[in-house]
This record gives sequence, structure tokens and C-alpha cells, in this order.
Amino acid sequence: MTLELSLNQQPAHLRQGSSIGQPLTRRDGFLKVTGAARYAADNHPPGMLYAVLAVSGIARGRVASLDVEAAKAHGGVVEVMTPQNRPPLATDPDAKNNPFMFRLDLLQNDRIRYPNQTIAVVIAETLEAATEGAALLSPRYEAQPARVGLDGAESFVPGGVGIGSPAVHHKGDVEAGLESAATRIEATYETSAQYHNAMEPHAIVAAWDGDSLSIDTPSQGLAMAQGRIAGLFGIAPQNIHIRSPFLGGGFGSKGMISGPQVLGILAARLVGCPVKLVLRREQMYGPAGHRAPTRQTLRMGMDREGRLTAIDHHAKTASSTFDDFFEPAADASHTLYASPAIATSHEAVRLDTGTPLFMRAPGEATGSIALESAIDEAAGACGMDPLEFRLRNYAEVEPMTGKPFSSKALRECYTLASERFGWQRRPLQPRQMPDKDGFLTGWGMGTATFPAIMFQAEARAVLRADGSGLMETGAQDMGQGAWTAFAQIAADGLGLDIDQVDFRAGSSDLPNAGIAGGSGHTATAGMAIHNAGAAVIARLADLATGHEASPLFGAGNEGVLARGGRLYRRDDENRSESYGEILARAGLAEIDGRGTGTPDPASREAYAMHAHGAVFAEVKVDPDFGQIRVTRLVGAFAAGRVINPRLVRSQYYGGMIWGVSFALHEEAVTDRRSGRIQNANLAEYHVPVNADVPSVEALLVHEDDPYVNALGIKGVGEIGITGTAGAVANAVWHATGVRPRRFPIRIEDLLG
Amino acid sequence: MTSLPLALTINGHRYELEVDPRVTLLDLLRERLELTGTKKGCDRGQCGACTVLVDGKRINSCLALAVSHDGAKVLTIEGVSHGEDLHPVQAAFIAHDGFQCGFCTPGQIMSTLGLIAEAQAGDDPERIREGMSGNLCRCAAYGGIVEAVLEAQEQLAKADRRTAA
Ligand code: FES
Ligand code: FES
Repeated sequence: MTLELSLNQQPAHLRQGSSIGQPLTRRDGFLKVTGAARYAADNHPPGMLYAVLAVSGIARGRVASLDVEAAKAHGGVVEVMTPQNRPPLATDPDAKNNPFMFRLDLLQNDRIRYPNQTIAVVIAETLEAATEGAALLSPRYEAQPARVGLDGAESFVPGGVGIGSPAVHHKGDVEAGLESAATRIEATYETSAQYHNAMEPHAIVAAWDGDSLSIDTPSQGLAMAQGRIAGLFGIAPQNIHIRSPFLGGGFGSKGMISGPQVLGILAARLVGCPVKLVLRREQMYGPAGHRAPTRQTLRMGMDREGRLTAIDHHAKTASSTFDDFFEPAADASHTLYASPAIATSHEAVRLDTGTPLFMRAPGEATGSIALESAIDEAAGACGMDPLEFRLRNYAEVEPMTGKPFSSKALRECYTLASERFGWQRRPLQPRQMPDKDGFLTGWGMGTATFPAIMFQAEARAVLRADGSGLMETGAQDMGQGAWTAFAQIAADGLGLDIDQVDFRAGSSDLPNAGIAGGSGHTATAGMAIHNAGAAVIARLADLATGHEASPLFGAGNEGVLARGGRLYRRDDENRSESYGEILARAGLAEIDGRGTGTPDPASREAYAMHAHGAVFAEVKVDPDFGQIRVTRLVGAFAAGRVINPRLVRSQYYGGMIWGVSFALHEEAVTDRRSGRIQNANLAEYHVPVNADVPSVEALLVHEDDPYVNALGIKGVGEIGITGTAGAVANAVWHATGVRPRRFPIRIEDLLG
Repeated sequence: MTSLPLALTINGHRYELEVDPRVTLLDLLRERLELTGTKKGCDRGQCGACTVLVDGKRINSCLALAVSHDGAKVLTIEGVSHGEDLHPVQAAFIAHDGFQCGFCTPGQIMSTLGLIAEAQAGDDPERIREGMSGNLCRCAAYGGIVEAVLEAQEQLAKADRRTAA
């Protein structure tokens, strides 16, 4: 068979000039399509044993007994770790000294506070023996009644929601705004608990060497994980080496190190050999975070022209009984629609579940589906087209703060996506578009938005005498394309062709790249890379412009530019010198430079920074059986500078399909009596399969943002869910005339 | 546990093994033969990450006890390319960005090979989507996967025609 395609022949690899902005295929593509990409559980150090968790079958109570003897008697079982023999820790796993530190269950006692909490770890020579050993433990429990559901416990106002946002916000007088309104709506929406379900279960391979620890584990935040483990074990962070070159998806669940990952390290400590511990799929429904359920009530008032006079958005959510993470759903109403009065508030209950955590667009996703549904209801109440209504209430400044936007090309998104979709042909009333097969067709829309967040990151750049470059930062690739996009930024920062740049990432011994989360990784680590490149080029320029033998002598730092491995005089490009020549003359094998990426406090104070988008959805509903199919999605997004349009589009597709999933598929069902999750597996917890998503288009809208950071990058990882989920819900209304008020939308809600 | 003898041809290499009868084909590949390209996403036949070809047919290797396939020919992702030369299916997955995190990708590619061999879907995207729906992708690279299947199929058909000519 002849091979028609080879990596270098693809048009994507033909480039002119800058690497940034080119639709390169993934640099890690070859490894991923050949099975050579090494994920955590693919490691197998010599002498490795297998650890398997035994987890709680009840939601609340204590472990009364475990048949450790039976497990140990099973051939191949080496040890059973329980609270009795678990190696000591330097810090209490229930201690918490910052909001990013979550309490962990590390066999500190016999108490059970959620289903699937670890109650023992069986370590054996084979996976099969460890699995069977865990089954032989036959736990007996003293159970207490489980607190389940948003009405299952007393509610309170949390001290803060998300990470440190106040639970209550307001501007203007909402009651007066509602009072004076010509039209009002009020509606309550419910969203379900969801689990990240990255295809790669949490896994760890841990090996101790004295007090040094070597770990393979997926992490969206290597430095944070390193710090957390160092604290727990009382060892120096630099004695811990974590490798995480590829994550098999994260979506927030691999942001913090989870309890089971630490248990793998403890198991290795206990038996004195390397240990591999991989969660079974059902074991991920508990200790690895989830998106909490919400119940949200929106009240809106509109004047005669359809202008909002008030928005009131209240959200009830749930956290665990022992830790704090409160889904900041109502905050979604802070940024999107202009209104003289806005109030948002939260309340919560504590349930016998694992602690909820960040899950792709935490707060934004849950809040968006309710807000976009309510906006649709408000448009309907005013007799207006939903797009016209959104334009009428377009926010020229950030509604809650009054700050100008650093950039906002949302109008362009509305125009581009609505034209592409054919929105102008949409009848105002529902149930007007039966298709030739008798299905009810509906069209709906939603606005997408996500804040442009930055964290802190560092990078180190090297130029070598052979003319090549190296960029190092401990960035994490969970599928967003870090290996490729950062190499592109590095190439431009170093003034080299991308093939001349080695890029190292995914390891904790590299400079701290911050968190791959909050859609802020590309901006943050990207800026560190950019600045590291500038620093090393400045050193190189000093060497050249300060040396009489250089054609650049006397040009000064400002007077040269770096391109294609040469420095050029800015005022006379006929005068140039290669990096290799400059370094050779200086007698240096290599030089390096460092850079950081941080948000600029002054511009953050002055401007509101958000990405925006508009999503249009078509659904077809079977009028007899209520089955819903999404047949078409068109989104347009403006998110600042695009480093690699191919990868960015894939992020939008992924996010939009998560939006479909939010509206139609995902729901963890809790048994009211036992508190256990009834569908903790990939057959019954529904996520979209290929046949669920026929046609998805994502259009990129150009946006220059001089304030967000020097590269103009916002972030694209999460915005796609927002807007889309509401667009699907609104399309279902338009098809059927039934307003979905709980998600995922159930067939019985439509047949009513 | 008493081991049982097992002979398998995996990616063209013959293996004579003694295997615990509880071991699945997936765990045999991953944990004993260091063929870790095949992934475990659920261990229950619900995700397709563990798809391999056994005697030319795609199966979920997590649902197959290794000893029940004595004498079989197994193809895993490690056996698909020839060194640096990618198979057209692999190249098409890269060209169409048919993955993000890549964890489901070995399974998707093996499933594509199976699907093309079954020759049931033709070039109808709807049938390809259906035929690939046993392979979950939480990153939801589904659009790229369908494009990759279509393109690879076309490339292979062209190559076949050339061979025939
Ligand atoms: S691991 Fe076999 S189908 Fe999921
Ligand atoms: S590429 Fe991540 S699960 Fe498919």
C-alpha cells in the first residue's frame, strides 16, 4: 500500500513567516495515533505492584468491619492498607489553608462521608489478585440516613462561591425595576449533577527512593500537585518529580490531586515498591469532583421597547458535608445583558456526596443554560425575536461593574453565525416548522461568554550555537493542544522556524507553567514563553550590537529584529547575522533567558475581559415519542488572538458538544434511599456518541485585544458549552412549544 | 490461580504464554506484554477505548478473556503503522484533528479499520457516525473522526485500484 499522506505534505505545514496563527496539525499527533503517547497508567517500573481501591457502598456512617484476613489470604495479595496501617502523614488531610486546597479521604479514620469513598487499598502482584482481594474484604457498615437532593438538608448562604466570589451581588434596585416593568417573567430551572468522565480514569504510578518520590499521574496543575503532596508527606517539593506529558482529558477533574492519587503514593510507601493505582470508572463518581446540581430562579422585567429593567438571578446548589465548593451559577448574569438593576444570590445545602469541583465552565455552564432560557422567555413575553431582544439589551459596558470591555466582538458573532445558520427565516411562534418526515423542527439561540483569566507562569528559553532553540515550561496538555500551540508561540518568541525549536513541557522539574484551567493556560504560559523568548533575544542582541565585528554593531537593542534564526538591523535589513555566528564569536555554546506570564493589575482594574460568542441550534423532535435530535449547530466566537485555528476550532466543537450534552444527556442519578449514584458508568451516564452530533460549525471572529495581555490571547476551552446548552433548550421550545425547565431535557417533559 | 497455556499472534509476532484465566485480553496486552497503546476507559465494554482487531474483527478487548482467544491473530494500534510510515487512517486522524487528548484514539483508529473492513457504511456520514458510536470521545472530536474515516477510506480505495490495475 502506498502512503498518500505524510505529515510534511499536508497543506497545514506550509507556512509563511510567523508560526502564530497557522493551523498546524498537532505536534504530538504521531505519538497519539501510533499508541506511543505515554499516559500515566502506561508506565511499568520494575518491581511494580498493583493497588486496587475498596470503596464504600454507603453514603454516610462508618466501616464496622473489613475481612482483611480473607483478602490477605488470596494468592498474590501483598498487603491491605486500612486506617490501622496506613503510613503516617505530615499534615492532616482534613486541614485546609487556602481555597484551592480540598480535603481528602486518605484512610484517616473509619468514617464514611460519601459513596465510593475509599475504605481500604489492596496491593498485589497482579491486577487480578488485587481486584479479587478488594472484593474479599466484604465490608460491614454502620449506616446513617443519607442526605440527598437540593431539598435534603437545611439551606444556608455560603461565605463565597466559586473561588472567593461573594454569594450575593447587586447593583440598582431590582424590586423597583420589576415594579416599573411593562412585562415580567419568572421561571425556575434545574440542572443535574454531572461527572467529568474524562476518558482516562485518574491513575498514578508512584515510586519512592528514600524520601524522593517519582510519580506518573495526570495533572492539570503540576506545581500545585507537587506542593500539595509535599505538604502531606512533609518532604521538599523538589524531591517530588511528577511527569504528566499527556492527560487523557481533564475538564477540571485533574486540577487538584485527588485522594486516590495520594493513596497510590501511600500504598507505595507501605509496601516499599513502586505501585500503580488506576480508578475503576465507577470509582470516579465520588472522590474526583463533579458539577453540583442547581436550582435557579430568574426574574426579569422589560419596558415597552423590550429593554431589561431588572434581572434577578438566584441559585441554590449543594456541596459536601465536609468541604466548600459552591457552583457560582448566578454570577452568569453579571456580564452579558445590560440592565439598570441586577441582583445575584446563592444558597446551598450540604449533602453526603464527594465534594463538587470545577467542571468545564464551572458556574458559567449551569448559569448560562438558565439565563439563556430566561432571556428567550423574556423575548417571547415581549413578542420579540430572540436575537433582536439580545441586541436590544446588548451590554456596551460590563453590566455589573460598569467597566468598559477590553474588546467585545459579540455583535460580529451574532451577525456571522445567524447569517450562516439562516436565522432570519425563523418564524416567531413555536411548532411552525414540521419537516417532510413529520418531525417538529425548532431553532434556538444562546449567547456564549467566558472570562479571560490569567494565572502565573514561568518559562525558560535557550538559544544554542547550532542555531536551534529550546523552550521549557511545565505546561499541561489535556487535549487542548499545548504541545503545539506553545511551540508556535515559542518559535515566534525565539525568531525561529518551529522545526528548530525543542519544546519541553509536562514535567514538574520545568519552570511552573501554572494551571491548565479557567481557559487561561494559553494566555498565561503563552505570555511566559513569549517573555522568555524576548529575554534571550535581548541577550543575543547585546552580544551582537556590542561587538565591533558584527554587522549589527551599534544598532542597539531596539534596533534589531529576530526572524528565521537571524538578527536584522531594523533600519537596514541587508545587515544581519545568524544566531550561530553571534554565539560562536562570543564563544558560547548557548545562552538562556527567563520570562513570566502574569495578569497586568492595572489593565485588569480598568477593563472587563471576556470572550464572547453566539450559538444557533436546530433540533428535530418526534411529535409522538418526544425524542430529540440536534441536527445542526453553528457558533461564532470572538476570543482574542487565535494561536492555532485548527486546535481552537476543535476546542469550540468539544465545548459545543458538551453544551448539547448538558441540555440533553448528562445526569448523575442518586438513589434517594441509599444516597448512591445509580448510573456510575458510561452506559447509563449518558455522554454524546458520534451519532448524537451530526453537524457542528465553529466560526472564528477576528478580535484584537491590546489590554488582555501582550499576545492578545483570551481563551477558548470552556466558552463553547455556554450559549450552546441554552440554544438547544430554546430550539426544543421552538419545535414543541414546551419550555424546558429541567436539564437534561427528558422525553416525559415534552409529552407532559 | 492456575495458569493456562495460550498462543497468540499479536501484530505478526507469535507469543507462547502461561496466563491466569482471569486476565482479559486488554490487561494481557497492557500489563504483561507492554503493549500499552490500547487503552482502558471503563473495563466494561461501554467506551471502546480498548478496541483491537481479533482475526480481523473489532472487539472490546476488556470483555474478552485472553485464554478464550487461543490461536487468534490480534492487531493492536502498535501494529498499524510501519515505522515512521503512518497508515492512511492514522494520517487522516492527524490531518482532520480527529482527537484532542488522544486517549480514545487508538480505539477509534482500530474501530475505523474494523469499520472499513466490514464495508457496510460506505461513504454515508450518517452510517459512519452510527458505526463509530461504540467509541466514546469525551473530548468530542467526532466531526474530525468522521472526516478522517471518509478520507482514509477514499485513500485506501484508490490504493486498491492502483494495485488492481
Ligand atoms: S475499556 Fe473496553 S470498552 Fe471501555
Ligand atoms: S480525544 Fe480525548 S477522549 Fe477522544
